[in-house]
Amino acid sequence: MGSMARVNIAAVPIPGVDADAGRVVESMVASAPEPASHETPELTKPATIEPVAPEPEIVPIVSLRDVAQGLLKHITRERMITAVLACVSIGTLFLIWYLGTKYRFEFYIRFKNVPTPAEVFQQAMQVGLSNKFVYNIAMSVRRILTGFAIAIAIGVPLGLMIGRYARVRDLFMPVTEILRPIPAIAWVPMSIMLWPNNEAAIVFITFIGAFFPILLNTIHGVHSLDGVLIRAGRCLGANEPQLFWNVILPGSLPHIFTGLAVGMGVAWVSLIAAEMISGQYGVGYFTWEAYSLVDYPAIMLGMITIGVLGLACSGIIRMVGVLLMPWLAFASGSKR
Amino acid sequence: MTVIDADTEVRKGFIDVRSMGVTFGSGDSAVVAVKDVSLNVQPGEFVSLIGPSGCGKSTLLSIVAGFVKPTSGEAVLDGKPITRPGSDRGVVFQQYSLFPWLSVRKNVEFGLKMAGENQNKRNITARSLLDLAGLLSFENHYPDQLSGGMKQRIGIVRALATSPQVLLMDEPFGALDTQTRVVMQEILTNIWQQFRISVLFITHDIEESIFLSDRIYVMTARPGRIKAEIKVPLPRPRKAEMTDSPEFMNLVQELKGLIREESLAAMAPELKDRGLSGFGMKVGPKGVGEIF
Ligand SMILES: Nc1ncnc2c1ncn2[C@@H]1O[C@H](COP(=O)(O)OP(=O)(O)OP(=O)(O)O)[C@@H](O)[C@H]1O
Ligand SMILES: [Mg+2]
Repeated sequence: MGSMARVNIAAVPIPGVDADAGRVVESMVASAPEPASHETPELTKPATIEPVAPEPEIVPIVSLRDVAQGLLKHITRERMITAVLACVSIGTLFLIWYLGTKYRFEFYIRFKNVPTPAEVFQQAMQVGLSNKFVYNIAMSVRRILTGFAIAIAIGVPLGLMIGRYARVRDLFMPVTEILRPIPAIAWVPMSIMLWPNNEAAIVFITFIGAFFPILLNTIHGVHSLDGVLIRAGRCLGANEPQLFWNVILPGSLPHIFTGLAVGMGVAWVSLIAAEMISGQYGVGYFTWEAYSLVDYPAIMLGMITIGVLGLACSGIIRMVGVLLMPWLAFASGSKR
Repeated sequence: MTVIDADTEVRKGFIDVRSMGVTFGSGDSAVVAVKDVSLNVQPGEFVSLIGPSGCGKSTLLSIVAGFVKPTSGEAVLDGKPITRPGSDRGVVFQQYSLFPWLSVRKNVEFGLKMAGENQNKRNITARSLLDLAGLLSFENHYPDQLSGGMKQRIGIVRALATSPQVLLMDEPFGALDTQTRVVMQEILTNIWQQFRISVLFITHDIEESIFLSDRIYVMTARPGRIKAEIKVPLPRPRKAEMTDSPEFMNLVQELKGLIREESLAAMAPELKDRGLSGFGMKVGPKGVGEIF
């Protein structure tokens, strides 16, 4: 392994290495391959900073594969248990629904008018594939995405600024503290008056729902950032904009994503409420319309659709979070 | 790449602290942390600062680093007064300060990235430094996957990546166990020997300060002043065996004497209130219990 690495380095022309190239190769030969344990490295190295070509290390493949296989086995078994439990969890819900509607269970809770799973399935096959239903879904998704995107675009930068600068905080926090306790649903009448059309009003309500969780979690993210990291950034030569981009933003990212997950939940709640009250089209409107038309299977279909859409949205946020923050898998306190 | 001969004269990296005083707060709650301190670090010299807890060592270092402004006096680097942090002064903190969201290599590259170096140059420099720290094979790991000793080694080479003229270290090995500490000290002397930059090193470990330094400043209890300046005439390169030599032992005894007085002074008022007497214990901001 050592000799291969040496040959590689000698053969590849290393950019940026000055006249000392010969000496470099010598010293590479002199210093044995990396010791297996890195806690106590070689202490007597030649007084040269050895340039190292930017290419991947040669790793002992066999043992690594073994480790990976062992890990994979472990994970799949864990995952299988998880999957089985998930099925049990959802299956129980369906079972209760099925049994309740089959025997028309009636003791305080009334299953009398609740449609059976089969009826709902039938409804889904009929209505679910109709253009109108798909259009309803598309409208809701568009509203969510628009409101949520605006909430991110305003909430995250504003949160970072409020968290970083006392003056910005002094300016924005009082108004935030007043507006925050007002639930998005309470904004519905005002919003309808305020905005020129229904569509803008609904998007605004969705925005309100998502905005405060995102804003507050972002502020919290900046505040909980370890001060030593900011000092480290500054003495490594970062100016204020660089600090913002390279330290404060990535450092607050875990909290920002908490805000996004919470915000997405609240955004759906707000959206459905807004659609029920003021809407034309949308899943919330569909569900409410079904109620006023006494179309019971459609009510259930609407509810299930909302659940699935909400799940998909938070799933996407979680996935993006994992992709953007791979280091969290190793953070202390993470499940492992 | 750059082979610096030990005999070559090094000219940059002269730290001069002139009659500096620092007071936190004002009025009744004012705390005089540092009072009339003058010290210097010659270019290429390794200087330690040792003193009882709370005497203002970190405060002094923060001023040289540019995080804190002195109330009186000034800190000067190569003739220029220090007003803000900059990459001409590398800092290694007592707490682990690697960016958890960056891989080990990206951490080392950070300073170069801020300076606008291109990816290729950054990569080569970072890999060379990681090799020097014996951690090249960990370049793609995240800091949370490493042990404390590894993190501090990376902290040191990260501070060196921008080729600073001075390195400021605030009890960098304070959180490590004794074994790791000894190894880290050897690694540090080794690295310092190669870079030959000025180092201002804070510690409360007497052996550590002797083993590493050319010169040691002993500070008094708060308000911190310079109590003594001690030269360490041990030859270089320093070897672990030297710690058993009579010369080394004598220095340890001398420093112990100096510091015990100050530790007692530091806690005397607080202990008197409770009718306790000192047994070489010190009372710091963290409470009673640390023994010198
Ligand atoms: N920002 C601050 N505001 C008020 N007082 C402070 C501040 N920073 C430090 N002090 C006080 O100044 C004194 C010196 O603190 P400093 O951290 O420099 O001590 P130290 O010598 O580094 O101690 P240790 O060995 O425990 O790290 C302490 O009494 C501390 O309480
Ligand atoms: Mg300190």
